[in-house]
Amino acid sequence: MADTTADRRSIAALVTARRGRGKLHWTDVFTYAYLVFGVLLMFGPVVWLVLSSFKSPAGLVEFPPTLLPLGQVSVTVEGYDDPLPLFLTTLEDGTQKELAQVRRIGIVSQMVDPENPGETIRVPIDQREPIREFRLATENYVDPLQRFNFTRYLWNSVVVTTLATLVTLLINSMAAYGLSIYEFKGRNAIMLFVIGTLMIPITVILVPVYLVVTQLGMVNSLWAVILPGAATPTGVFLLRQYMLTIPRDLIEAARMDKASEWQIYWRVVMPLAMPAVAVLAIFSIMWRWNEFLWPLIVLNRSEVYTLQVGLNAFQGELDVQWHYILAMTVVTLIPVVLVFAFLQRFITTGIASSGMK
Amino acid sequence: MTPGDAPTLSDRLTAAAAWPVRVLFQILDKPFRLIQRIGGIKTMPYIFLLPNLAFFGLFVVIPLFINFAFSLTGGTNLYLTDRVYTGTEQYAFLFDCGNYADPTSCREDRFWRGIYNTATFIFFQVTFLVLFSLITALILNRKIRARGFFRAVFFFPVLLSPVVVALIWKWILLRDGILNAALVSMGFDKILFFVSPEWSMFWAIFVSIWANMGFYTLILLAGLQAIPPDLYEAAEMDGTSTERVFRRITLPLLWPNMLVVIVLALIKGVQIFDEVYVLTGGGPGTATQFIVQYIYNTGFTNQVQNFGLASAASVVLGVVLFVLTMMQLAATRRRDNG
Repeated sequence: MADTTADRRSIAALVTARRGRGKLHWTDVFTYAYLVFGVLLMFGPVVWLVLSSFKSPAGLVEFPPTLLPLGQVSVTVEGYDDPLPLFLTTLEDGTQKELAQVRRIGIVSQMVDPENPGETIRVPIDQREPIREFRLATENYVDPLQRFNFTRYLWNSVVVTTLATLVTLLINSMAAYGLSIYEFKGRNAIMLFVIGTLMIPITVILVPVYLVVTQLGMVNSLWAVILPGAATPTGVFLLRQYMLTIPRDLIEAARMDKASEWQIYWRVVMPLAMPAVAVLAIFSIMWRWNEFLWPLIVLNRSEVYTLQVGLNAFQGELDVQWHYILAMTVVTLIPVVLVFAFLQRFITTGIASSGMK
Repeated sequence: MTPGDAPTLSDRLTAAAAWPVRVLFQILDKPFRLIQRIGGIKTMPYIFLLPNLAFFGLFVVIPLFINFAFSLTGGTNLYLTDRVYTGTEQYAFLFDCGNYADPTSCREDRFWRGIYNTATFIFFQVTFLVLFSLITALILNRKIRARGFFRAVFFFPVLLSPVVVALIWKWILLRDGILNAALVSMGFDKILFFVSPEWSMFWAIFVSIWANMGFYTLILLAGLQAIPPDLYEAAEMDGTSTERVFRRITLPLLWPNMLVVIVLALIKGVQIFDEVYVLTGGGPGTATQFIVQYIYNTGFTNQVQNFGLASAASVVLGVVLFVLTMMQLAATRRRDNG
C-alpha cells in the first residue's frame, strides 16, 4: 500500500469531521452500527455452523435450537446394565426430583431414583424435563472419517490442489519467462492470445472440454480436474508483469557467466519473482480447493469425488445426515481459514493490485 | 528482509511450498540444456512457451471450435464424427418463441426461464452488491479502530468455497433452522423459504452477495485510497460539506473503479451456478434455475444428454460474455489511463 499514515489521517480527519464539539455526527453512529452489524452478519453464520457441527443428531432436530451443543446427562444405576438418561421430574405432590428413565411406554415413562434403585415410579412424560450439560458431539467428526469415503474425498482434494498448483506454477512461470525476457517473432501475437483466453471461462466450453477429457481417457480420474485448468491466463499475465520489472543486467550477467537459459529462469528470475509466484500459488490453491462445477461434471464415481462434490452429494441424499454434513463442512473450511489467517496480506494486496480472484 | 532477520512464519511456509518445485526444476534441467545446445538460444522462448500454449490449445482453443461444431449437430453421441449435421437447427429450437417476453410460449421454455431468472438475478444482485460494496469501502476508508480486523471480516467469505457457503446458509434457512426459530420467537409463523419461488430467489441473491462482497469492497477500497489527499485538504479549507465532497470528489474519482466493479460483477453474475445449485438445486420448480444450470442439465444430467443443445446455449452465453468482457476491457483501460 502506497499511502502513508499521514495521508490516511488527513482524509479520515476530513471525512469523519464532526459537527459541533465532541458531539457524534450521525455518520459516526452509522459507521459503528454498520461495522457491528457487519461482524454479526459475516461471522455469525460461520460461528453457528461450528456450534451446530458439535451437536448430536437429537440436538440438531430440536426446535427452537439451543445455542450451545448440549447432551443429556446419564447415570449408571445399580441393577441396570446401560447408563440411564437423567430427567428433572415433577412428582404428583409437586416436588421436583432428579430421576433416571428406565423405559418409556406411550405417554408414561418408568423412572427410577438413582439413590433408591429398588422401586420404579410411573410419570407422565410431560412432567419431566431432560437434564443436559454442555457436550461436544465429536463423533460427528470421527464417524465420517471411518464410515464414509470422507477421508477419500479429503485426500482427493489435497492431491488435486497440490498437483494442479505445481503444474500451474511450472507452466505459467515458464510461459511468463518466455514472454518477458526474450524478444522473438510472434511475441505480441502470443500475448494477445493469452489475453484472449482470459475471456473464455470454463462455463462456455463445458461440453467440448468434456469431449477432450473423454478422448484422453481421463473421465473419473483426478487428472480430468487437474489438467484442464492448469494453464491460467491470469497466472501468465500476473507473472509476466512482475518479471518485466526484473533488471535486464542481471540476466546479461548470468549469460556472461555461461549460465544456461534454464538456469537463468530457475536460479535468477524465479527467486526474484517469488512474491508474484506466491500470490499465484495462493490463488491456485484457493481455486482448486473450492472448484465445483467442473469436478461435478467429470467425476461421477464416489471414489474420485473431491470434498466439494462429496459434500454436495451428501446434502442431496434423501435422508440428509446434517450432523455429518456440518462437521465435514467445517473440515472443508479449515484449510481456507488457515491460509487466510497466515497469508491475508498477500491475498488482499494481490487482489487489490491485479483485480482478479 | 535483511540476512540477519529471523525467518517469519510466512517465509517458512513459502519455503516449504517451494521445495517440491525446486526438485522438479532439477529434474528438468538436463533436457533443457540439451535443447539449448541443439537449437541455440533462439528456440528457447518457444520451448518455454510450449507447455502452456499446448494446454491452452487443448483445453481452450480447440474446445472453442468444437463447441461451435457441436452446436451445429444433433443426436446423443459424444464423438463428433458420429454426430449428424443439423445446421442451425439447435439455435432455431432455442429461439423458437411465440413471444420472447413469455417463456411459456417458447418451445424450449427452460432455456428462456433460465435467461429470465439470470436477468432477474443479476439485476438485483449486481445493484445491491455494488451498493453494499461501496458503502462498506467508504466505511472502511474512514478513521476507524481496528480497520485491518474489519476489512478481514468483510473479506473472508470470498475465500470460502461456494459449496460451503451454500451449506452454511441452507442450515440457517431450513424449516427448523435458526432463522425460523427467531421468527417464531418474534411471533411470526415459520416460513418455508425453499418452497417459495420468491424467497428462494431472494436468498440466492442474498447469499451470493454475502459471499462475494468482500472482493469488490477491496477493489473499491484500493480506489478510494488512491484519491489524492490534497483534494480533500483543499475542500476542507473551503469548508465544503461532507455530502458535497462525496458527490464532487469521491464519486467522480472513484467512478472508473466503480465501472470495473460493475462489469466484473456482471460477468460473474451471468455465470452464477455453484452457490445456488447447492442452496436451492434450481428450485422450487425452475424458480432459481440459471443459464449455466440449464447448460449443465441439458448436457450432463438429463436422461438424454443433449450435447448439441447444450453447446448452442453455451455459444449464446459466450456471446453475452464476450460483449461484457469488451465492456470490461474498455472500463479497465479508461481507469488505468485516467
